[in-house]
Amino acid sequence: MSASDQNPLLDEFTQKEYEFGFTTDIESDRIPPGLTDDTIRLLSAKKEEPQWMLDWRLKAFETWKTMEEPVWAHVDYTPLDYQKICYYAAPKSKPQLDSLDDVDPEMRRTMDKLGISTEEQKRLNNVAVDFVMDSVSVSTSFKKTLAEKGIIFCSMGEAIREHGKLVRKYLGSVVPVKDNFFSALNSAVFTDGSFCYIPPGVRCPMELSTYFRINASGTGQFERTLIVADKGSYVSYLEGCTAPQRDENQLHAAVVEIVAMDESEVKYSTVQNWYPGDANGVGGVYNFVTKRGICETRAKISWTQVETGSAITWKYPSCILKGDHSIGEFYSVAVTSGRQQADTGTKMIHLGKGTHSTIISKGISAGRSQNSYRGLVQMTAGADNARNFSQCDSLLMSDTSGAHTFPYIEISNPSAKVEHEATTSRIGEDQMFYCLQRGMTEEQAIGLIVNGYAKEVLNKLPMEFAVEAQKLLAISLEGSVG
Amino acid sequence: MLKITNLHARIGDTEILRGLNLEIATGEVHAVMGPNGSGKSTLASILAGRDDYEVTQGSIEFNGVDLLGLDATERAVAGIFLAFQYPVEIPGVSNMNFLRTAIGSIREQKGQDPISAKDFLAKVKRCAQLVELDGKLRDRSVNEGFSGGEKKRNEIFQMAMLEPMFAVLDETDSGLDIDALRIVSAGVNAMRDEKRSFLVITHYQRLLDHIVPDRVHVLAAGQIVRSGGKELALELEEKGYDWVKEAV
Repeated sequence: MSASDQNPLLDEFTQKEYEFGFTTDIESDRIPPGLTDDTIRLLSAKKEEPQWMLDWRLKAFETWKTMEEPVWAHVDYTPLDYQKICYYAAPKSKPQLDSLDDVDPEMRRTMDKLGISTEEQKRLNNVAVDFVMDSVSVSTSFKKTLAEKGIIFCSMGEAIREHGKLVRKYLGSVVPVKDNFFSALNSAVFTDGSFCYIPPGVRCPMELSTYFRINASGTGQFERTLIVADKGSYVSYLEGCTAPQRDENQLHAAVVEIVAMDESEVKYSTVQNWYPGDANGVGGVYNFVTKRGICETRAKISWTQVETGSAITWKYPSCILKGDHSIGEFYSVAVTSGRQQADTGTKMIHLGKGTHSTIISKGISAGRSQNSYRGLVQMTAGADNARNFSQCDSLLMSDTSGAHTFPYIEISNPSAKVEHEATTSRIGEDQMFYCLQRGMTEEQAIGLIVNGYAKEVLNKLPMEFAVEAQKLLAISLEGSVG
Repeated sequence: MLKITNLHARIGDTEILRGLNLEIATGEVHAVMGPNGSGKSTLASILAGRDDYEVTQGSIEFNGVDLLGLDATERAVAGIFLAFQYPVEIPGVSNMNFLRTAIGSIREQKGQDPISAKDFLAKVKRCAQLVELDGKLRDRSVNEGFSGGEKKRNEIFQMAMLEPMFAVLDETDSGLDIDALRIVSAGVNAMRDEKRSFLVITHYQRLLDHIVPDRVHVLAAGQIVRSGGKELALELEEKGYDWVKEAV
């Protein structure tokens, strides 16, 4: 007897895939490439959205049309033709495969190395699974536990339909539509993403991860995530996956907004491993993301990211420290190899009194890649006794890679205190030889040294992610010393 | 165990070893002494497989195997250990993690089962006692913030953990005070047995008061210019290296 006869959640899954056109009628569910008012109307209608959402999207589209694509980042790429992109087409649709034997061997090799279970591999590769995988039952119990606490955790599409009032209140409140070119585009055409609301005083009893992973395989290239932590609540949220993600879509322009009300705490962890393109820099994902959170009084937002994928990464998870004594943290490891380019960092905007921020950034560049840290620490006039500590380290693994640091510091309050430390080092041949002499292989030695270098950041990841992330770092840099 | 024949090696255009011959039997401790720039550390690096040096002539045979055909990892797996003159720091990597990775790798390459956590910890305890390495140093990052003496003790601790067949000690006594010298020497002596050989490289005779060698060799200008028993070290101490240089 198949498990799906009994499990309503499984039906939900299969229907969901169908809804996104994974199996049949893909063509009929595809909007022709190009972006006009009509595209947005069609998209909104397909998602059965209320009028206010459509109006919001159309307004965003009007705004976007007046904007220019920014060019200030330290990255170099062929400009995109936005009229050639398809804005609604089951963005990550993969062919349904009969067995793991049909999966790209290269991909399987990496997954095996990461220690990803066979069941998980099947799911990630869209292999027909016999639906006894643990995560399904786990997610069922998750749903129940979360509901008991009053926590809302669902797709953005569902949230717009079911929790319109909340979404309408907070959507665009942290990252306004006109914030930047890509946030405006995202606002007009976002396809899905996640919504999370934690009621006052509630501590979310689990890392919102396993569930999300299941959720994630259906979300689009223009993801939109909104997290609202009400007063005194706590949530730890994990995004992404260590497994390599191939995607035919070149542009990923996501927006993440976090609202942290008084005395709440939000931890947001990301592991990003999108397809980086081949060794010559052909193909690969452009990951242009706007992530920002706002902290009310004594609230705390902590961003942790491990970035190993994408041809181009362009993102600055930021904190607006609006409330007095609020805290912002940013912990980042960005690895680039081959011809990857990363321009990433953070913005800490200190508005309230006694606000604190910490920035720890670890860049690792190999091959012919370029890796930049770009960060802004702004102490506004009202930020009495605010403090920031920044540490930006770069590790070079080749003669042909580049590491760059662009720290911007703006201080308008004499009592504010800002500390900035930066180092650049090369992976030592002495360190390598020391490890090899003790019997390690080159791969093990690199893994050990790099993970030691990034330890401060990796320690901030939730346990289940940290182990995979460590392996991921080693794999990303395989064969790249020299 | 080890047979070096007519070894010539250079770094860049500079020839450092010029026809070095040395044979070390199983269970023996040999000391190589010599003035600065005579090629002592080059010899140690070449034995361990550092590829900065180019071997232009000669051969090294280790237990019947052509050592020069193996890379650094393979040599370590074959049982060669180098106690470094300047042990490097590896920030963020605990001593324990480092050793576990090393031992795990060697065992895997030899086709052995991984060491159990229990056996590993018992071994750590035993070996740490040997060189009086306290718990704090074991748990800290590899050599990070260690004093000179602590780094050298850590090298001997690692040697005890890895149980090599052949260990090269490259100026392990440099920068050691009397107490540390005693501790390090006691650690080495505890590991001496009929199956294990050592090559002790040093400037000074005082180390050889503690680690008494079977043979002493004098290296000058890339060649062994004299060999003898342990009394040769005393003679060197008395006369200095000048007479050796004259002899070349």
